[in-house]
Amino acid sequence: MNTPQQITPDQHAPEPSEPLEPALELSGLRRDYVVRAPVPGSRRRRRQVVRAVDDISLSIRPGEAVGFVGANGAGKSTTIKMMTGILTPTGGSLRVLGREPVAERKQLAREIGVVFGQRSQLWWDLPLRDSYTILGAMHRLTDRQRDARLERLVDGLDLGAFLGRPVRQLSLGQRMRGEVAAALLHSPQLVVLDEPTIGLDMVSKEGLRRFLREDRAERGTTLFLTTHDMNDVERLCDRIVVVNSGTVAYDGPLDSFRAHLGAPRELVVDLAEPAAALSLPGSAETAAVEADGIRHRIRFSGAELTVPALLSAIGAQVEVRDLSLTEPAIEDLVREIYGRSGLA
Amino acid sequence: MAENSRPRSSAPSDPSTPSRRSDPSDRPVSTARMVWTLYASRIRSQASFRTSFVSDSLGQVLIVGTEFLELWVILSQVSTLGGMTLPQVAVVYGLGALAFGIGDMLFGEIDGLSSYIKSGRLETLLIRPVPLLLQISSLDLSLRRIGRIVVGLAMYVTALGIAGFQPTPMLLMLAVLAPLAGAVLFGALFTMAGALQFWLVDGREFANAFTYGGNYVATTPGAVFALPMRAFFTFVIPATLIAYAPTLVLLDLPGPALIPSWAGWLGLPAAVLVWIVAGLLWRSGVRRYTGAGG
Repeated sequence: MNTPQQITPDQHAPEPSEPLEPALELSGLRRDYVVRAPVPGSRRRRRQVVRAVDDISLSIRPGEAVGFVGANGAGKSTTIKMMTGILTPTGGSLRVLGREPVAERKQLAREIGVVFGQRSQLWWDLPLRDSYTILGAMHRLTDRQRDARLERLVDGLDLGAFLGRPVRQLSLGQRMRGEVAAALLHSPQLVVLDEPTIGLDMVSKEGLRRFLREDRAERGTTLFLTTHDMNDVERLCDRIVVVNSGTVAYDGPLDSFRAHLGAPRELVVDLAEPAAALSLPGSAETAAVEADGIRHRIRFSGAELTVPALLSAIGAQVEVRDLSLTEPAIEDLVREIYGRSGLA
Repeated sequence: MAENSRPRSSAPSDPSTPSRRSDPSDRPVSTARMVWTLYASRIRSQASFRTSFVSDSLGQVLIVGTEFLELWVILSQVSTLGGMTLPQVAVVYGLGALAFGIGDMLFGEIDGLSSYIKSGRLETLLIRPVPLLLQISSLDLSLRRIGRIVVGLAMYVTALGIAGFQPTPMLLMLAVLAPLAGAVLFGALFTMAGALQFWLVDGREFANAFTYGGNYVATTPGAVFALPMRAFFTFVIPATLIAYAPTLVLLDLPGPALIPSWAGWLGLPAAVLVWIVAGLLWRSGVRRYTGAGG
């Protein structure tokens, strides 16, 4: 497990005398679903128990930023539903900000902010601004609190240009920024983001990440993030938890996760002239040379080497005609972890 | 609160200054204002589609008119229906339509809860610090029902005049209270129908048998129904208490078996009872959804 560490340089360290209750405490968490599957050749349906989450234990300190990753169906969404009080655990226990999520769902709702990337929480037919008025009323903010916070959110997420437009007319990127602002309006202590960057282009993703970092640095919130984009985790989190088949496969600081996995990014370059293996900087290595020396597959770690640096090193040796960059898929990383079972 | 620690928000005003305390912009939103904000937002979003609002309202007016026409045709063949003349039947009908219209406007779409469940939208409502029922009621408020309300009210008032209503203070109170109690009762029936969706996904049609069926019973003189049905719609689903029973009191008419005329005063207590049942059903429905048992 990871040792306590400073999250961001500008965040205040907790008072040593203050008893540090975890922001999130999951122990032996389990959740079964009952499904009725049709039996082939029979009209009856068989009752079947599917275990979505199986024995997840996790303790997250206030102010920590955790990336919760895993393949589809690994149990991420079910875990989030239990954390937010939407689902009752079948077994085990959990406490969120010291509360019992299902029993204290409405109180908890005032202290956490949730973004469901796949579902809108905004009022579809109304101007975006109205959603914040309504949410402010729901959270019983004073007008002054709401206006001050909204000003900060409009500023940081660049919402100004489309605040007056009905939500249904917004682009996906604009709407997503609006969703994040809606989740953060009441200044929650715990922010839960369920695939916040899904479907966004690079620029929108980056803008969103930048603001989430800023806001966390300002307010010292705890962040819990699920994503399929490893870059979200790299930019936002300092701890990564990998789930597979409903259990924790890996839990530790992001840097040691990366160190264990080595070089996950892949750059494919097509050369003007065939060439033998190129000499590459740092940990970059040639994974394969294809098409009689025209196409080179180069694997490298994004943490140590930037793409421009790598490209300029290659460009010094040969002429590049075309290139493409593959980001590591979370699914591949999980598979790699299982290849090195010593890690979990 | 957390935002007080941010230098930005505390810079322009010091919240500890006593003179600032009375500033309305420093008061947290009251429950009443929160509820109003929710409904007002829904009204505004419906008003943004003006043409469909107008045509839907007109459609509602037509429906009410056609339904009443049916009763009128029957009464042109027989002189009384369930012991009532045409103006008396019109009082029952107008009162029932008015009550149903209000209940339908506020809670009429709750039976569409299964679409919230299937789309996963229910989850986004559950993470808000506001009761689910209030959220859904305000999200689904359907202003177009105003057509039914207006026609019902006009028919109720006009028919009362023609039928020879002799107002005393008590009767006047009942005349005002009856449609409201009826609306509350219909609201409870709709909520029960909605709560059933937690168990029966796609059970909308089944649930509608009780809400729209209740409307049909409420707008018809109760004496026309055979005894078992009359008993069911008085004591189980108290639809006859919404319009028929109050009309008996208002017009000083004798009641049929099982519905004595003093039953006209039972609308409000019945509404309270049905709401208790509806509330329990709703709560256990939410519990079933979250898997908390119940």
